[in-house]
Amino acid sequence: MKPASFKYYAPESLEEALRLKAQYGDEARILAGGQSLIPAMNFRIMQPAVLLDLNLLAELSYISTKDGKVLQLGAMTRLNEVEGDVVIADRVSLLHEALPYIAHPQIRNRGTVGGNIAHADPAAELPVVALAMDSRFRVQSTNGSHWINSEDFFRGYFETAIDSSEILVEIEMPFLEPCTGWAFLEVSRRPGDYAMAGIAAVITLDSNHICRKARLVYLNLSDAPLDAKQSADLLVGEMQSNELIMEVAIKASEEEIMPMGSLHATVNYQRHLARILTKRALKLAFGRAKQT
Amino acid sequence: MSDNHSINTTINGEDYTSDVEARMLLSDFIRHELGLTGTHVGCEHGVCGACTVILNGRSVRSCLMFAVQAHGQQITTVEGMSASENDLHPLQESFREAHGLQCGFCTPGILMSLIPFLEENPRPSEEEIRAAISGNLCRCTGYQHIVAAVKLYVERDS
Repeated sequence: MKPASFKYYAPESLEEALRLKAQYGDEARILAGGQSLIPAMNFRIMQPAVLLDLNLLAELSYISTKDGKVLQLGAMTRLNEVEGDVVIADRVSLLHEALPYIAHPQIRNRGTVGGNIAHADPAAELPVVALAMDSRFRVQSTNGSHWINSEDFFRGYFETAIDSSEILVEIEMPFLEPCTGWAFLEVSRRPGDYAMAGIAAVITLDSNHICRKARLVYLNLSDAPLDAKQSADLLVGEMQSNELIMEVAIKASEEEIMPMGSLHATVNYQRHLARILTKRALKLAFGRAKQT
Repeated sequence: MSDNHSINTTINGEDYTSDVEARMLLSDFIRHELGLTGTHVGCEHGVCGACTVILNGRSVRSCLMFAVQAHGQQITTVEGMSASENDLHPLQESFREAHGLQCGFCTPGILMSLIPFLEENPRPSEEEIRAAISGNLCRCTGYQHIVAAVKLYVERDS
């Protein structure tokens, strides 16, 4: 239960961090909050040769907004800061709702937004939220920075589109549109545990309560956040009804998700959970969309 | 391939200068290098909460941080709660009176989770108390007496 040796750097500027990442490439892991990386190192599941600790980079820790309609998060922003932010609670409510599901308060005091996303655990909350919110991610190397859309970012178990010379530096998440309802739900064996299944739903209605846009993204029901587009498309152009919600729940849980099963939940049980969660999330999201 | 670093930390108000290997966990540093064995090590992967300490005013797992990361930081461990070795902090008094512990292994971590929580939220509901200690496992008490101890402290504090 002790980590293997590694070479440790705590760069004092982003430039220095990028230079070290360029130098070491895949050999160097980024140490953000360390709340997933350090357990893996304690178990020696991971034995990185080099750690680049970004905790001294205050420049990567911020919550700001752009044009009054986009949330900007520095990659090193702590999860507890996000949890307590009133603008996020009001305008990016899906993110606010998902935060308490991330482990425990002590973990959120240390864990970071960028770390949670770049780690790309299919059972993690923020990748699911980021995809459901059409977010984008800014990655940087010594050659400059570029944006990656959330749709192109998550590639499978612990795999992202971040290149070995790049560091995730910023996340942009649009505010919820008007007449939009949201819901984040998951089922875990105990509060704070990894969920057996989860869902993020975002639904936008027109003035007649007809669904204009819908997004359903599932947690831990594939090797990456699963964007159930065909199921969500069934909602578009329709009004809320129990039959419609049941149809979507069945399609998503039987056809679109790809659960792997685990010690704690068989594939069939995960499909069952997905169906129940879809129904609950859609009812909640429709209800909220009508209130806004 | 050892990679050593010199660090300065302030723990329970005392300054320490130490030479640590990069891979040394903060929990091991506190226990083995400084001899502050009040911080307990249970699971060493962030699940049990026994090793919780206060880092710059916030509860964190000391097994999920490297000692080298504590350079320049302020840390409080359970030893730093009370005025002296012979005194108990009022929260500790409440734990004693309400039987908030049996074997006591989890207690330091629970106290270290509760101190910042109660500073931020001095009049918590039972639900909030339970959420605050949700990341601390106790295998003896069933949590009833722990929650009762916190309530007793809150009642006396108000």
